[in-house]
Amino acid sequence: IMASSYGAKEEDGHHPGSAGLGGAAIRTKKPDNTAFKQQRLPAWQPILTAGTVLPAFFIIGLIFIPIGIGLYVTSNNIKEFELDYTGTDMSSPCFNCSQSWNSTNTCKCELFFSLDQPFESNVFMYYGLSNFYQNHRRYVKSRDDSQLNGDERSLKEPSKECEPYRTNENKPIAPCGAIANSMFNDTLDLFYIDPNGKKRPISLTKKGIAWWTDKHVKFRNPGGSNSNLTTVFKDTAKPVNWHKPVYELDVDIENNGFINEDFIVWMRTAALPTFRKLYRIIQKNNDMTPTLPRGNYSLAVTYNYPVRSFEGRKRMILSTISWMGGKNPFLGIAYITVGSICFFLGVVLLFIHHKYGNRNNSSDIAS
Amino acid sequence: TKLNFSSALEEERHVRANDRDYNERFSYADNRIKTAKYNVFTFLPINLFEQFQRFANAYFLVLLILQLIPEISSLSWFTTIVPLVLVLAITAVKDATDDYFRHKSDQQVNTRQSQVLIKGKLQNEKWMNVRVGDIIKLENNQFVAADLLLLSSSEPYGLCYIETAELDGETNLKVRQALTVTSDLGDDVAKLADFSGEVICEPPNNKLDKFTGTLCWKDNKYSLDNEKMLLRGCVLRNTEWCFGLVIFAGLQTKLMQNCGRTKFKRTSIDKLMNTLVLWIFGFLICMGIILAIGNTIWEQKVGSDFWEYLQWKELTINAVFSGFLTFWSYIIILNTVVPISLYVSVEVLRLGHSYFINWDRRMYYSRKDTPAEARTTTLNEELGQVEFIFSDKTGTLTQNIMVFNKCSINGKTYGDVYDEFGHKVDITEKTPCVDFSFNPLMDRKFRFHDSSLVEAIKLEEPLVQEFFRLLALCHTIMPEERNEGELVYQAQSPDEGALVTAARNFGFVFRSRTPETITLYEMGQAVTYQLLAILDFNNVRKRMSVIVRNPKGQLKLYSKGADTILFDRLDPSNEELMFTTSEHLNEFAGEGLRTLALAYKDLDEDVFDEWMKKLLFASTALDNREEKLGALYEEIEQGMLLLGATAIEDKLQEGVPETIACLTLANIKIWVLTGDKLETAMNIGYSCNMLRDDMNTVFIISGHTMLEVQQELSKDKFSSGLDMEKTELYSSDSVFEETIIAEYALIINGHSLAHALEADLEQILVDVACLCKTVICCRVTPLQKALVVELIKRHKRAVTLAIGDGANDVSMIKTAHIGVGISGQEGMQAVLASDYSFAQFRYLQRLLLVHGRWSYHRMCNFLCYFFYKNFAFTLVHFWYGFLCGFSAQTVYDQWFITLFNIVYTSLPVLAMGLFDQDVNEQYSLRFPNLYRPGQLNQLFNKRKFFTCTLQGVCTSFILFFIPYGAFMTAVRDDGAHISDQQTFAVTIATSLVIVVSVQIGLDTNYWTAVNHFFIWGSLAVYFAILFAMHSDGIFTIFPNQFPFIGTARNSLNQKIVWLVILLTTVVCIMPMVAVRFIKADLYPTQTDKVRLLQQATRKQGPQEQNLRRVRRTSSRRSAYAFAHQQGYGELITSGKNMKVPTSSTSTYPLSSPTRGLTGTSSASICKCFRHQKH
Repeated sequence: IMASSYGAKEEDGHHPGSAGLGGAAIRTKKPDNTAFKQQRLPAWQPILTAGTVLPAFFIIGLIFIPIGIGLYVTSNNIKEFELDYTGTDMSSPCFNCSQSWNSTNTCKCELFFSLDQPFESNVFMYYGLSNFYQNHRRYVKSRDDSQLNGDERSLKEPSKECEPYRTNENKPIAPCGAIANSMFNDTLDLFYIDPNGKKRPISLTKKGIAWWTDKHVKFRNPGGSNSNLTTVFKDTAKPVNWHKPVYELDVDIENNGFINEDFIVWMRTAALPTFRKLYRIIQKNNDMTPTLPRGNYSLAVTYNYPVRSFEGRKRMILSTISWMGGKNPFLGIAYITVGSICFFLGVVLLFIHHKYGNRNNSSDIAS
Repeated sequence: TKLNFSSALEEERHVRANDRDYNERFSYADNRIKTAKYNVFTFLPINLFEQFQRFANAYFLVLLILQLIPEISSLSWFTTIVPLVLVLAITAVKDATDDYFRHKSDQQVNTRQSQVLIKGKLQNEKWMNVRVGDIIKLENNQFVAADLLLLSSSEPYGLCYIETAELDGETNLKVRQALTVTSDLGDDVAKLADFSGEVICEPPNNKLDKFTGTLCWKDNKYSLDNEKMLLRGCVLRNTEWCFGLVIFAGLQTKLMQNCGRTKFKRTSIDKLMNTLVLWIFGFLICMGIILAIGNTIWEQKVGSDFWEYLQWKELTINAVFSGFLTFWSYIIILNTVVPISLYVSVEVLRLGHSYFINWDRRMYYSRKDTPAEARTTTLNEELGQVEFIFSDKTGTLTQNIMVFNKCSINGKTYGDVYDEFGHKVDITEKTPCVDFSFNPLMDRKFRFHDSSLVEAIKLEEPLVQEFFRLLALCHTIMPEERNEGELVYQAQSPDEGALVTAARNFGFVFRSRTPETITLYEMGQAVTYQLLAILDFNNVRKRMSVIVRNPKGQLKLYSKGADTILFDRLDPSNEELMFTTSEHLNEFAGEGLRTLALAYKDLDEDVFDEWMKKLLFASTALDNREEKLGALYEEIEQGMLLLGATAIEDKLQEGVPETIACLTLANIKIWVLTGDKLETAMNIGYSCNMLRDDMNTVFIISGHTMLEVQQELSKDKFSSGLDMEKTELYSSDSVFEETIIAEYALIINGHSLAHALEADLEQILVDVACLCKTVICCRVTPLQKALVVELIKRHKRAVTLAIGDGANDVSMIKTAHIGVGISGQEGMQAVLASDYSFAQFRYLQRLLLVHGRWSYHRMCNFLCYFFYKNFAFTLVHFWYGFLCGFSAQTVYDQWFITLFNIVYTSLPVLAMGLFDQDVNEQYSLRFPNLYRPGQLNQLFNKRKFFTCTLQGVCTSFILFFIPYGAFMTAVRDDGAHISDQQTFAVTIATSLVIVVSVQIGLDTNYWTAVNHFFIWGSLAVYFAILFAMHSDGIFTIFPNQFPFIGTARNSLNQKIVWLVILLTTVVCIMPMVAVRFIKADLYPTQTDKVRLLQQATRKQGPQEQNLRRVRRTSSRRSAYAFAHQQGYGELITSGKNMKVPTSSTSTYPLSSPTRGLTGTSSASICKCFRHQKH
């Protein structure tokens, strides 16, 4: 490297700047005088001072506490009823079903409950599962989105990810994969027992429980306009755990096959091992009576879904909703807490600043 | 390696002239130089191999391979390959450009032409084809192509002149002389071609001033020494041509051997970063193990019961094996804690900072049209941590220009300019100069501002005339007059040149000399003086005298020398004048000028004859000759009459004292390492304000043996003083450290340094030197410079910076953490070896205090934020592991993982890393102690790292668990469920992007438009990409790649999601704000204070800045202006260096009686002056 300098030196000998007379024509190596190159870009230079930090804390406190209170009150006004029908307990009507489960016989049980308060407006009926790892990586992966989107090739050749629920008896499974295979298939029916002891069935809407995008974009039946799902799914096998094939999920053509809303809801895997999924909607009546008045009810369960092996729980939940969704005390409390802490911190900081803070500390700069 | 191998074996070198076959047997290195690493074909494999040797790259390659195994692949391959390819490509492009320039410069040097004697004919050959044993011809002003043995030259006696600036930085000419037998060959090509001498000499080494060997020719042996060698890198001067025999070529030349190996320099932050990456890696493995164990347990306790819905695949044999697979899966998922884009981003930042240095107009030197240049782009932040500066003197601190500035003649000073009120005027560029047009032989470059001196000359005041006559006579300069009136002086030292040039302009023109005469033009009249004796200069005498006979036949002794020496030898009648002159000398010295006192004496014919006889006798004495001569000189140099004193300015580069003062305030220790003499170095020390009168003690170490040095280093007063300091030092606050150290200075010369650097003494040396405010090492060799730097590097673990301009500084520039070259000077060796180069020493202040400080600040903030960001981003997966059966399920969308580091968050932090200014440049320079945090490594260290990773961990915890809490039971406002994985992912990802954006906003001190654009832009881009990836269109094209269809729409239209995001952001950010505020409020750092001041000032509008002026307080006598070597008197009186008069140029007949003498018979009177030990 050293020796190479001679060349550079010679070059350096006649640099363009040495002429001096040519004026503007001469290119010098002088750097441009731009704000960017000289690092003089105009800039906003904020500093964390008492004047900005303390108000920020107070403002956050003052905003968060009312939000929190609002959330808390809203959440408390929401009526929710939860009923565990797993049947692990000897006394439970579903005990028998939970103990002697086999896939051929359907087992039915009925639970009675009463609502202390009437449920106004639309009531949403959920099923809840606990200890069910819908978020396990192997489980989450085990689906074929292009099959579910109606892709013919994937219908015949499901993705490898679906293993070991990919084929059955050399036929491709539709829908393939562990998620579909484990679809929740209990049937829940709700009856109102009027004061004279008569069971009146409550009509449950099963449409509109899935996301619009899922129903209309993400999930599509194969075969395009061919409405005869039986022929479309002809060469496929039903998932091992299912009782009936996918084209028999519902009689309504708009809710059958892959676009069956119960199926779609199930396929949107939950983030946490304890979750609830929307099952049915109880539409509000037009008249003035509450959707679900006070009184006694019964829940008829067709017990298909086994959870005993992994100590899971099954619940039926009835809930009204508000602008912020369902009952959710966590957010309200969290907002109130955070708001209070911010306000309190603001006070503490103000105190510290007044008592110990060095407000004109620029004067004692040792230079 | 081949070279090292052969040189390790080589014990003796045999070179036979003109016999390539013979020489080839030894396979000596040829003259080709190769510094490039790759060629077109080897580039890709070698470069990739090198890159994958880097830990990080190899790590990511392994990750990539892991991801291809489906059983453990928890992330798609593209999440790793995109950044990895980016990193590799950027690095490869950079390496390729670097190597291209190396190729180009190699090529340039290797293809230089030189004339080689091949087969009896002179042929033009490329340098790279020159072989050991070739005879080559050099012409005037050519670079020497290899290490040559001088055979013959155009000058008489086989002399030739070389300039060794490239080797040792000295610009004065040096003389080399060929053996008589070879110089007789002349330029007779036939004879030279027949020359078949064989040289047996030492193997290649790096000692520039030593050579031993013998020449065997025609059965005779001649011993060879360094005086007969021309080394590669020298330039031939004042010699029409010369012939030389190549002894060492190419990489084996002394120049190249002195280069030292180019070490890859890495900054301390780099090293820290590597350590931290290793730690993170360890941390990653720990997390992996924890989660793997968790997985094993889970699979055993829960998973096996869950079989109904989730069977193991065939490959999974049991829970332990599942845990093992999960370990790798988690390594893949959590790999983002080892930030892959970190390395690229750091490179980009450094490149940007380098450009800012290149673009800085305040480091551009218009006179030489040289901008500052960052030659390496890897060291910028280290510029903000420098603790030691090692500076060369000549050409770095000084301009190496001596200017005759002032004088005192017979008790009256000249040189100052006064206005009409009698006030002293500061001399600037605009001050009118004295008009010397009366003198046709003047030197146009000479400037003098005080016209009263010219008036005195014109009035023919005898003492003023005598003063300049002395200056014109008493020296050892060789004149050269190419054309009539175009005088060029070949001066041994720039001081002498300045003095004689001054005399020339004031009408006492030194025009020519022969061994026995000196011809002056005194006010236009030719006057020839007979030169009877030169009483040469040496270190002990500190003066030189000449004895001349003027045309009137009077004998005169003229003497110039150090004032203290001359004053002792004055006639007692001079006392009053001596007193006045002494005052003037103090005044001159106070201004940092180099002073000399001048005196003369009339000699009696008889006394002189008597003395001359004794001198002749003494010069033939066999023992103690030098002492006897010294005594004789002493005898005649008595009772002189004082004429006056001169003051020469060793022109410092502009702003040197101010820069040094400023850097000292920034707690940077500046050591001067110079090849110059002790006196000169001290002189500069005083004029640079590094040495001051108010210093307690200036220790001078100049022992010749190990023992002496040891004693001097641990002198009683010295060590006791230091011991006391030490105990105080350790017991007291660091604040007092400076004031205590300020009292001492250490000056050590090369001989002593050689001993002090030995293992036994080096610890003492370091201790002593570091307690001194100022350290000056003089007479040091290039290698010693490097050793000193190395010593500090080893013992102090501090960042060192070496600055120099010459080839002699190369080794230290390469050794130091940061090497700075002064460009725009002669020679580019230093610049080429350097990491940064600029034209003026004073730019160092800006480089360190502004660019360095900013770079450090930016880099540290950048790193803190980067680690924070990655921990916050990645550890969410860790928390999620506990809730998803440790199954290595990712929280986020795969695309989010791919893009988070390179798209969503890279630009704001890059903008911060490029543009941030905590304190603007004026304040950075005004408060040099803002530099302190860098030296103390305060802004980024292991503790900081822990803090910011802890912050990251906390953020990830909050990011995960607040949505967790909120989504446990949440449903949408239309009753549909919302606690699904995809909504969860979008919520957390959005919170994360917002939180890290707010955090970067808090970290940004300087919001330029670019910062605004990038921060807001990143958020906008995040949402844009989010919606695009979750759109129907892209899903219909790739249904398997984009399963998140509609999630963004369906979740971000929910109030609850936004409430969660807001809550998460506030909880993540506010504690940090509180902590920072408390810190700045209760324990403000210097930076905080200056920022407040800056803001206050900005609000008040521009204020007058009271810049601290650095006053020179020194009043020390700097009386040692002699910077030249002794022994030149002898050359002059022997006539060896006189040219044969050519027809036209010389006006005066130069008949010399000594002309007949042969080279060996130069036993003239001055022979004995020779070679006193330096």
